[in-house]
Amino acid sequence: MTADAQRRTPAPPAGTYLGMPKFQKNAKPALANEQLRKNLRHATGTIRAKRVARVSEVPEWEELRRAGEAIKNRTLRHLDTYLVQLEESLVRAGATVHWARDAAEANRIVVGLVQAKGVDEVVKVKSMATQEIELNEALEEAGIAAWETDLAELIVQLGHDRPSHILVPAIHRNRSEVREIFLREMKRYGTAAPEDITDDPAELAGAARRHLREKFLRARVAVSGANFAIAETGTLVVVESEGNGRMCLTLPETLISVVGIEKVLPTTADLEVYLRLLPRSSTGERMNPYTSMWTGVTPGDGPQEVHVVLVDNGRTNALADPLGRPALRCIRCSACLNICPVYERVGGHAYGSVYPGPIGAVLNPQLRGISHEIDQSLPYASTLCGACFDVCPVRIPIPDMLVHLRKEVADHKKGTPRVEPTAMALAGWVLSDRRHFELAQRAAGLAARVLPHTTHLGPMPWPASPWTRARDLPMPPPESFRSWWRKNREEGR
Amino acid sequence: MTIRTDGLTVALFATCINDVMFPGTPRAVVELLERLGCRVEFPMEQTCCGQMFTNTGYFDAAVPNVRNYVKAFSGYEYVVGPSGSCVGAVRHQHPMLADHAKDAGLAAEVDRVVARTYDLSEFLVDVLGITDVGAYFPHRVTYHPTCHSVRVAKVGDRPYQLLSKVKGIDLVALPDADQCCGFGGTFSVKNPDVSVAMAADKARHVMATGAEYLVTGDNACLMNIGGILHRQNSGVKPIHLAEILARTEGGER
Repeated sequence: MTADAQRRTPAPPAGTYLGMPKFQKNAKPALANEQLRKNLRHATGTIRAKRVARVSEVPEWEELRRAGEAIKNRTLRHLDTYLVQLEESLVRAGATVHWARDAAEANRIVVGLVQAKGVDEVVKVKSMATQEIELNEALEEAGIAAWETDLAELIVQLGHDRPSHILVPAIHRNRSEVREIFLREMKRYGTAAPEDITDDPAELAGAARRHLREKFLRARVAVSGANFAIAETGTLVVVESEGNGRMCLTLPETLISVVGIEKVLPTTADLEVYLRLLPRSSTGERMNPYTSMWTGVTPGDGPQEVHVVLVDNGRTNALADPLGRPALRCIRCSACLNICPVYERVGGHAYGSVYPGPIGAVLNPQLRGISHEIDQSLPYASTLCGACFDVCPVRIPIPDMLVHLRKEVADHKKGTPRVEPTAMALAGWVLSDRRHFELAQRAAGLAARVLPHTTHLGPMPWPASPWTRARDLPMPPPESFRSWWRKNREEGR
Repeated sequence: MTIRTDGLTVALFATCINDVMFPGTPRAVVELLERLGCRVEFPMEQTCCGQMFTNTGYFDAAVPNVRNYVKAFSGYEYVVGPSGSCVGAVRHQHPMLADHAKDAGLAAEVDRVVARTYDLSEFLVDVLGITDVGAYFPHRVTYHPTCHSVRVAKVGDRPYQLLSKVKGIDLVALPDADQCCGFGGTFSVKNPDVSVAMAADKARHVMATGAEYLVTGDNACLMNIGGILHRQNSGVKPIHLAEILARTEGGER
C-alpha cells in the first residue's frame, strides 16, 4: 500500500506477462469465472453480429481484402525504402523522428522527451504500441503520470487491471463492475464520480467525460500511437470512436507518437482501402466516428512540437521469416478475437500479452521468441477451426501460421525427455507403414474383446483423463474396417 | 433405386480413425457407392493423412504418411474419403509436407493425387451429379458442419443438399452451427478444459433441437460432441453422414 501511495497512477496487477504460466493454466480460472464467460459471450456475440451485417453490405468485400493484403505485402517487401521515405517526409513537415530497436529504447526516448518539457503528466490516446512496450510503467517509474483517455482503457487503468482485448480492452467487465470501479477509484486520481451514479451507460460515460476533461485541459504533452503512417507525405492517422483521441492530438503543445514500423503505407490513396476495411471489421461500423490525420507541425494550429518514435521491438524478426511475415499485415481490428471460440471462452488475459486471441497466438511468439513457457503454449491455443482467417480483413493465414509455429516449438523441444515427442514418435512409427498399423489394430481389437460389453469408457486415469474427465470415449469395435474388407470383399475377388 | 453411374472405379480413403474406431462409416461408403453403381477398391497401403503430426508440429513424422498416401492412391482417378478434415489435410497440407521433405518427385505426385481426392459429399454431388441417393431415414436429425469440412475442404452446402433429399428425414437447424465443437485434434487433450467448454456448448445446442441424431461428415468431431452427449445420457445418437445416406427403405440397418 505504501508503494501504491507513492504512485501517480493506479498500479497494474503484479507480475509480468513473460513470467506468466502457459495458456492452459491461465485458461482454468477464466473458464471457472461464470461472470467473465457471460460478459465475453454477450460482448463477442454482439460485435460478431454487427460485423456480419456491415460486411455483407459491401459486395466487393473480398476484393477489398485482397487489396488490403497486397498493399501491405508490397510495403513489407520494401519496408526499408518506405521507412526512409517516411522519415524524410516527417522531417520535411517539421516533426522529429526517433528510431527505437526495442521497448527499452522506445521508453527511454519517450521518458526523455517528456522530462525535457518539464512536465509530470501526459494524456494518452489508446495505443497498442505503447501497451506493448509498457510505456505507462516506464513513465510512472520516472515520476510521470500517463492518463489513459479512451473509455475502456480508463476502466482498465482505474481497475488496476490489464487489457483483455485489442479494441475493447475492458470487454471482460460489465457495467455494474465499471460503476464500482469509477465510484471507488476516480476520486483518488482526479474528478470523482457522482456518489449516486448508477450503471446506466450514459451516466458512466458522463462521469468519464468529467473525469477526463480536467486532464485534457491541463496536459501539455500527449502520447499517441498511429493506425497508419503515410510515407509519401509523413501524415499519421488515428482512427477512434470517442473523440478523446482528437482532444489529445490537438490540445497539448507537444505530441509524441509511438509507431510500430509495420504501420507505414506508401501513399494517401492506400487509405481508401484500409479506412473501409478497419471500421467494418473492428466495431462493425460503416465509418468510425473520428479519423484524425496530421502532418508534422502546422504553425499556430495544434501541437507545435511533434515527435514520432518508430519502434521495431521484434518486428524485423517476424519480417525475416517468410511464413511469419503475414502477421505484420495486421491492422489491429480484433475481428479474429471476436470470432474465436477459444477467446470467447477464456478471454484475453490467458494469452499473457496485450495482443490476445488468434493474432496474439501468432504475433507474440514472433515478436518475443519462443523461449518462455507462455510463448511456447500460444500456438497451441487454437483448434485450427479457421474462423479467424475468414474474418481477417488483410487475409492473414492464421491457422497455417499456427501450424508453422507449432513446428518451431516442437523443434525447440526436440530431444527433451517429454511425453509428447515420445508419443508422437510412437504414433509416427505405427502410422508410417500399413504393417505397423495393422499390428496396432489387432491390439485395439483385442482390447475390445477383453471388454465385450463395454461400448464406452468413462472417467479414467492419466493419460486418458484429459479426454475422459467430461467426455466418454467409445471403445474400438473388435473388427477393424480393413479386416472386414478382407473377409467380405477381397476373398471373393 | 434406378440411379446408376457408368461403373466408375473409386478408391476408398477410409482414414485411420474410421478404420479402427468407426468401421461402420467406411462400410457405409462401400455400400452406398456400390448401390450407386461404382466399383469400390480399398488400397491396403493406406494408413493416415498425417494431420495429427502436422498440426502438433511434428512434420517429419507426417512425411511417411504422405508417401503412403501417394503409394496407395496414385493409380486412381477418384479417391473418396468420408472426412472433410482428412480430405482437407491431404489437399492443404500434403503439398506443404512434400516441400518440407525437399522431395520434388513426391511434390509432383502429391499434386496429381490431391487433385483427385474428394470428400464423400463432393464426390456424390459434383462427380456423380446426385443429391438424391435413394436413402430413407425416418428420424429427427440435426447437422453440425465441421470446421475443416467447411473451411479447409470447402464442401459448402453439399451435405445439406444430400440430407434434404433423404426420405422421411426431419432435418432441424442447429443453433450456432458454424462454431467449432472444440475437438481440434491434439487440442482436445492439450487444452482439455477449453475443449470441453466448447463441446459442452455444442452439445447443449444439439439437445435444444430435440434431434434423435447428430450428423456430421467427420467422426472425430462426432466423437468429441458424442462423448459429452453420452456422458450426459442425452439419448442423442451421433451418426456419420455416410451411414444415413447408406440406409434404404426396408434395408436391414
